[in-house]
Amino acid sequence: MPFGQGRSGGRGGRGGDKKGADGKQQGQRRPMFRRRKVCKFCADKIDDINYKDVKLIGPFVPERGKILPRRISGTCAMHQRKLQTAIKRARQIALVPYVTD
Amino acid sequence: MSVRQYELVYILPPDSTEQQIAEIHEQVESVVSRMGGQIEKTDNWGRRKLAYEIGPHKEGVYVLEVINSSSSDLVKELDRRLKVIDQVVRHLVVRVDEEKKVVERTRTKRQSDSERRRVKRGLPPQRQPGEGRQEEVDDMDDDRFDGAEV
Repeated sequence: MPFGQGRSGGRGGRGGDKKGADGKQQGQRRPMFRRRKVCKFCADKIDDINYKDVKLIGPFVPERGKILPRRISGTCAMHQRKLQTAIKRARQIALVPYVTD
Repeated sequence: MSVRQYELVYILPPDSTEQQIAEIHEQVESVVSRMGGQIEKTDNWGRRKLAYEIGPHKEGVYVLEVINSSSSDLVKELDRRLKVIDQVVRHLVVRVDEEKKVVERTRTKRQSDSERRRVKRGLPPQRQPGEGRQEEVDDMDDDRFDGAEV
């Protein structure tokens, strides 16, 4: 099935609605086969986004060293905010890069 | 004032010996105890690769200290002292008690909410083994319904 799991999709809330809206334009003729993005932290029920946990944060810091934007990762606003502080702290103690060229 | 909890992480050069690490730890401990706090936990992560070079170093020995204290002056003093010590490549002090509280609260809330919902549905409060499958099948049905709607 093209859509994400129903239950976690509901949790994704706002992001999911937006997808639905622009899906409609093209979706009239042929169904859109785009995966619905779901906040990883909501889906996995991770409450604590800790700056020491490089394994958790790592995927949100791509090669260049920038923080992965919400529109790409699908993270919800609350968790993106927490992720942001965690990444910034992790950068200070060299667990995550500031920039990599 | 209530007791606050701080986390201190500092990085030492990769070639520092056990003794040097212990020395720094003692210095930290003395500052903490002098300012009326106590160290709850010390955790040596060992050698790690740094994400970027700091001066000449590409690796570092990470040490984490969890500190309980009721005075914020302790952090100021600790910060100042660690800056002075040349051996400390980098350090970070973060207050964690409030975040921990929030995490605890959301966790217990989710727990109690799910239990309440389950009881309402006439189920035992805890998830039974083999229940996950059933829910997945339900999700599939929902998706099919969504498709039909479009």
